[in-house]
Amino acid sequence: MNKVYGSAAEALDGLLRDDMLIAAGGFGLCGIPELLIDAIVESGVKDLTIASNNCGVDGFGLGKLLDTKQIKKMMSSYVGENAEFMRQYLSGELELEFNPQGTLAERMRAGGCGIPGFYTKTGVGTQIAEGKEVKQFGGEDYILEEGIFADVSIVKAWKADTTGNCVFRKTARNFNPPAAMCGKVCVMEVEEIVEPGELDPDHIHLPGIFVHRIVKGEHEKRIEKVTTRSREDA
Amino acid sequence: MPWDRNQMAARAAEELEDGMYVNLGIGIPTLVANYVGDKDITLQSENGMLGMGPFPYEGEEDPDLINAGKQTITELPKTAYFDSAMSFGMIRGGKIAAAILGAMEVAENGDLANWMIPGKLVKGMGGAMDLVAGVGRVIVVMDHTNKHGDSKVLKECTLPLTGTGVVDRIITNFGVLDVVEGGLKIVELADGVTEDELRAATEATIVN
Repeated sequence: MNKVYGSAAEALDGLLRDDMLIAAGGFGLCGIPELLIDAIVESGVKDLTIASNNCGVDGFGLGKLLDTKQIKKMMSSYVGENAEFMRQYLSGELELEFNPQGTLAERMRAGGCGIPGFYTKTGVGTQIAEGKEVKQFGGEDYILEEGIFADVSIVKAWKADTTGNCVFRKTARNFNPPAAMCGKVCVMEVEEIVEPGELDPDHIHLPGIFVHRIVKGEHEKRIEKVTTRSREDA
Repeated sequence: MPWDRNQMAARAAEELEDGMYVNLGIGIPTLVANYVGDKDITLQSENGMLGMGPFPYEGEEDPDLINAGKQTITELPKTAYFDSAMSFGMIRGGKIAAAILGAMEVAENGDLANWMIPGKLVKGMGGAMDLVAGVGRVIVVMDHTNKHGDSKVLKECTLPLTGTGVVDRIITNFGVLDVVEGGLKIVELADGVTEDELRAATEATIVN
């Protein structure tokens, strides 16, 4: 069982096709699979549906796939701070299925756990509920949301062992575990690959059973909003 | 003089009590953290963190450590990290005592609109729909009127909703209002704002 690949392109080899559903980890630009996104841009595959909380920013992360018009539809909770995303959506070039952030995360987790649907109070009485089954539990309305079963997941972790057991770092974990779980095939990029036994088994965030292919690389890790305090305030 | 952003944030901080787990939205709500004083408040960031610390010193930013507004932040000794599914599990599951959020419009029945202006501005709801559906208490902090001087405190929201009947309390530059049976009740006036001024800036029904 060799899960380690030499490059992002090799790790995606044979997995990409037009009109497929990809689940991507990351929140904003934090914990995004930069290298795999670049490889998808290079592949030229098109008409993609991508489930991801955001769509990168203009010109970086998933924003690159907007620039090349490779995305047909986004399943996201947030468009703000991405002018091209808003432009393509408002002009009708891009389909956008708005998902409340927690609903999107749970839809991925559910899909990864073999749960095709669940009821949630989130979005009841709003546009999000339109066309969805409403069911009462304990006298309150809940709407039916469906699990996401992606063709491929692209995610980023901090360290993985060669079997795919992995750990994330700080808030770069975000959508990566649920996105990883919901793909038929999960491709993970990491900053460091270690031998089995080097990660404490009690500290694994995502077991390797969810991870099929691993690639190591250098990450730019761009910061969207550098916000600091001055030392004088201390 | 109505309250400024910092005074609104300071007033909102008075809503928080020792031991609370709290989620602060983007904008003025973020400033609330500056006014919690000695109270033992744990801030949740819905991307996947409990125990949010202050902004880092210059040069100490960590790209792997951001808040829900994508700003660089720091951790505290009590910090815990988790994935977004668990994060919204605690939100949806009612573990978060209160959320303090911004708004485009609030209606007298507690309806909230804060995620899009059709055809013009698409922000997205982010975690706001989950928060208002799940947390114990929803407090809105916003300007009482928009830049054209029109009331944002309405009989009915005109924009797509974030949640129906979800808002408990509204803190604006004009004062504090509670959502009660039949409309809004004035709790407090901002310094230097008269009741007549607040009523004139409010489209919603005000009840006694």
